[in-house]
Amino acid sequence: MTETTPLWEVFIRARNGLNHKHAGSLHAADAELALQAARDVYTRRGEGQSIWVVRSSDIVASDPQDKDMMFEPTATKIYRHPTFYEIPDEVGNM
Amino acid sequence: MSDDLFRYVLRLADDHLILGQRLGEWCGKAPSLEEDLALANIGLDCLGQARALYAYAGKIEGKGRDEDDLAFLRPEREYCNALLVEQPNRDFAWAIARQFYFSAFMLPFWRAMAKSTDDDLRAIAAKAEKEVAYHLRHSAEWVIRLGDGTEESRRRMIEALEELFIYTGELFEMDAVAHAMVSEGVGVEATDLRDEWRRTVDGVLAEAHLTAPEAAYDQSGGREGRHTEHLGHLLSELQYMQRAYPGLEW
Repeated sequence: MTETTPLWEVFIRARNGLNHKHAGSLHAADAELALQAARDVYTRRGEGQSIWVVRSSDIVASDPQDKDMMFEPTATKIYRHPTFYEIPDEVGNM
Repeated sequence: MSDDLFRYVLRLADDHLILGQRLGEWCGKAPSLEEDLALANIGLDCLGQARALYAYAGKIEGKGRDEDDLAFLRPEREYCNALLVEQPNRDFAWAIARQFYFSAFMLPFWRAMAKSTDDDLRAIAAKAEKEVAYHLRHSAEWVIRLGDGTEESRRRMIEALEELFIYTGELFEMDAVAHAMVSEGVGVEATDLRDEWRRTVDGVLAEAHLTAPEAAYDQSGGREGRHTEHLGHLLSELQYMQRAYPGLEW
């Protein structure tokens, strides 16, 4: 099954101006069938304006074991969050 | 006029109800989850088209029959769908060949119907055309992949295309009802669609490295209610709930 129909990742853009967002994955024999399957599986309720499909094996992913090295150091750098600005009352909700 | 129109719309409605039921039989049993949803989606498109057509047929008839009465409460001989759509799902290739032949006909049919003088049919055609364009693309891609796939998929695809071919001629049949509708500007001259259908079929089969079948003869009779042995079994399942529990709603 997976030999002839590899895994594909599906990205859907819901509306003009929005980004494509990861919707899920599926099995398909080739790009055209993956696109059709994505349409049938992930856009049945009007979710989509545009679809991207990418072979899962073509995605380069970070190693979960590297997560301390990759992401932990940012936890202490609170100055990177824009939380130190005083917002004048007149601006209202941002 | 209204008798002919009723009959004409009812034929179209029956085509789509029966094909939708055949596609629904794949639910939970298709070769993959993705194809399970794809076939169910196509089936639901057909059912939606059937509902609109039955509702309109009931209105034309004017005897108070609604879409459910027409869909569920007629005996087999009163169904006037083309024989092609009632053919069973012997395997996935059969479902694909049946869909491919039918959609390759319905796409130019709805396009022509979009110029009908009948408002209701024009509206139904406009919606159906987009749906059928996808049905054709999807089934054609599978014809190519099965035909040009493994030895087994190729053998099964060839068998399905050949076995079902004798039922394709009926789609282009013009009888008194169809002629009357064409002369009113309501219906579609089906014989005019034959060349385009043949080009579509030949083109896809060439891509699949298959040769297009030739029919030794055309099987027909569906429009007059003379069906293959398969329709009765389909209807017994389709109508079961309404026959067992008349008037049941949910």
